[in-house]
Amino acid sequence: MANAEAHHDHAHGHDDHHHGPDKGIMRWIKTTNHKDLGTLYLIFAFSMFFVGGLMSLVIRAELWEPGLQFVDPEFFNQMTTMHALVMIFGGVMPAFTGLANWMVPMMVGASDMALPRVNNWGFWILPFAFTLLLSTLFMDGGAPAGGWTMYPPLVLQTGEGFPFLIFAIHLMGISSITGAINVVVTVLNLRAPGMTLLKMPLFCWTWLITAYLLIATMPVLAGAVTMLLTDKYFGTSFFTASGGGDPVMFQHIFWFFGHPEVYILILPAFGVVSTIIPAFARKPLFGYDSMVYATASIAFLSFIVWAHHMFTVGMPLAGELFFMFSTMLIAVPTGVKVFNWIATMWRGSMTFETPMLFAIAFVFLFSIGGFSGLMLAIAPVDFQYHDTYFVVAHFHYVLVPGAVFSIIAAVYYWIPKWTGVMYSEFWGKVHFWLSAIAVNVTFFPQHFSGLAGMQRRVPDYAVQFVDFNQVSTIGAFVFFIAQFIFIGNMIRCMAKKGEKATQQVWEGARGLEWTVPSPAPYHTFEDPPKVNDEILGFPSHGKAH
Amino acid sequence: MATQAAHHDAAASNRYFVPDPSAWPFVLTAALAAVVVGVAGFLENKHIGPIPIWIGSAVAIYIIFRWLRAVSLESEHGKYNQAVDSTYRMAMAWFIFSEVMFFGAFFGALWYARELSIPWLSGEGTKVATHLTLWPMFENIWPNNGPMELNGSFETVGAWGLPFINTLLLLTSGVTITMAHHALKENHRLSCILWMWATVALGVAFLGCQGYEYVHAWEGLNLTLSSGIYGSTFYMLTGFHGMHVTLGTIMLIIITCRLMSGHFKPESHFGFEGVAWYWHFVDVVWVGLFIFVYVL
Repeated sequence: MANAEAHHDHAHGHDDHHHGPDKGIMRWIKTTNHKDLGTLYLIFAFSMFFVGGLMSLVIRAELWEPGLQFVDPEFFNQMTTMHALVMIFGGVMPAFTGLANWMVPMMVGASDMALPRVNNWGFWILPFAFTLLLSTLFMDGGAPAGGWTMYPPLVLQTGEGFPFLIFAIHLMGISSITGAINVVVTVLNLRAPGMTLLKMPLFCWTWLITAYLLIATMPVLAGAVTMLLTDKYFGTSFFTASGGGDPVMFQHIFWFFGHPEVYILILPAFGVVSTIIPAFARKPLFGYDSMVYATASIAFLSFIVWAHHMFTVGMPLAGELFFMFSTMLIAVPTGVKVFNWIATMWRGSMTFETPMLFAIAFVFLFSIGGFSGLMLAIAPVDFQYHDTYFVVAHFHYVLVPGAVFSIIAAVYYWIPKWTGVMYSEFWGKVHFWLSAIAVNVTFFPQHFSGLAGMQRRVPDYAVQFVDFNQVSTIGAFVFFIAQFIFIGNMIRCMAKKGEKATQQVWEGARGLEWTVPSPAPYHTFEDPPKVNDEILGFPSHGKAH
Repeated sequence: MATQAAHHDAAASNRYFVPDPSAWPFVLTAALAAVVVGVAGFLENKHIGPIPIWIGSAVAIYIIFRWLRAVSLESEHGKYNQAVDSTYRMAMAWFIFSEVMFFGAFFGALWYARELSIPWLSGEGTKVATHLTLWPMFENIWPNNGPMELNGSFETVGAWGLPFINTLLLLTSGVTITMAHHALKENHRLSCILWMWATVALGVAFLGCQGYEYVHAWEGLNLTLSSGIYGSTFYMLTGFHGMHVTLGTIMLIIITCRLMSGHFKPESHFGFEGVAWYWHFVDVVWVGLFIFVYVL
């Protein structure tokens, strides 16, 4: 430890040789610094969470009671479609990329991401891509309204906005692939000497595997939407039966991307939770190696389960059976992970600061989403659940108290390191309890309305679902408003108002990021630091381990 | 502490290269957005004219040129250590992997059409009712433009004419670029440059043959993008491959010009190797195309 500190003083001394960041707007446009880009990614992601959240409130307001109140059905469908696209590609994915930008170089002891200019490109594509996508709302024919899955032939009926949808997705794909290549190369190439693969922080591991999934699947999505484009404008018949194609073929290609995408949205969350729980349980992570292997298994399985999204489409029986059983297999590595998180907490000296509260809520509520996923995996009963609010409840449980809670937990956990200032613990706890209650109020009733037969993506519904929908709508508004507490808390840190953070910040936190001052210097590890088990948070029983 | 400081001073000259701030990526993205808006306007007949496309493309090409030029000069000026070299190697390998997956989507579509959608439309498996109700006369044959015979009857390009010559051209170009690589490693620069120009010539010859084949197929054989699933998969696969060959040929020319102006060393020349990898990738995709699109 002493060694490391001496070293960091030294590394810090080198900062004099550097020009600091540029001033004004050009700093952010031209930056090649992983911390600046991480900040940009996170600010962009939270802006998109706000936009997508507003869309969800339009949906929830319309569903307050049966019949049509506020919007016409076409606009309602635009809202469900755009809400999903904005939240997935604009919110969760950039937020995780922002966390990777901030933390991966610091965690592995690198001076920056491996390809800093490409990193800048990957970020700046996003505002352009989402300007294109959101501009479709104001075009003739409106925004895409056929669902974020873009199934033909319905999506081909989109108006003038259609090419903007396709090109926006191409651009997002370029952004994701450049970001993912950067993470892979940083993790594989720039680790500090002595940090072997199985000594790497778990957040780096889960992001490495996420990046692999991104590089493997985003091009497939690009190919799928390119075929949509040529089917609409160039006379091809990939998805037209009269020409020998098949609309279901699009679903297969889309979900070959789409199912790994699900894990792209959750594996980094696993990494965050695996970082936070040991810190506040003051115990090393239980079963580190099995966590790595479980993550890799989930990634492998994610490529052979895609058709469970299409059980009702009319697949051959062998397909239904194969995809049912392969899907159920995913419960095994996921179970390993949940078991390990619980075992890490077992007999730990636990404290419940805000990041830990969100992490524990993640374990509990994500598991609920996992269990409803198991129910959906059973092909015969999926015929009942398909396209109902049960599905909506399922994937919102894994995405909101799952992916989004982990992003919030990560920001609370690391923002003292980023800004040098502690957030307000009181308002953090208020934010947590409001969010944790509201998210359940919003989504739990949807299990019931879905099982009773309420369809998703429809603005009107049968009168017996009124109670569940009104509860859900109240929860959604409370959840949305509660997030402003979080935003305020974070802005307070960025404005440097609050208690100054120490270098260590959290007593039980381990990893290289806690060996540098708070806020972390603009250039952190220009020379690779020394690492050992103590710094990395592995149980140190002497040299033997 | 003292030994550590000495160690770090020695290492300081060998630090990982972190570039200065740069406006190129932002400008490149703005240019791409202009192109995309122009193309979208064209597709939707919005009469916004070709200006956004031309200006956007020109700016994008200029920025890519400036960016890659900066990278090659940084490399020539010795700013890159071993770790930067590994970074470029890994990044290029992963980029090529993403390209493989992109082609995978279209090969997957071809496979799906031939093995699933056409047999089902002709009544195989559980889809017999569809067949009897909609298109009872439809048979499972390949090539196929669907039960409605979209765009009328057409002929296909035979595998053993121009496509076979194209296969020979590309496979030979894989050999010549390897010869060039060996010459570079043995510091025979003139030989390397000549082998490179031979590779470029083979690439250009391939593109010429492919262009001729397209004109012949489109006008002589009535095989177009609208010729059902056969035309769709044929033009999509060969078209995207042709674009990659075009890009690869441009990259070969740039690398050859760099060789002629004295860039690259026998022991360090990743720019060369990256382009060679890309060329081999294009080559392998063609072999897949030749087998699955033309022969089978």
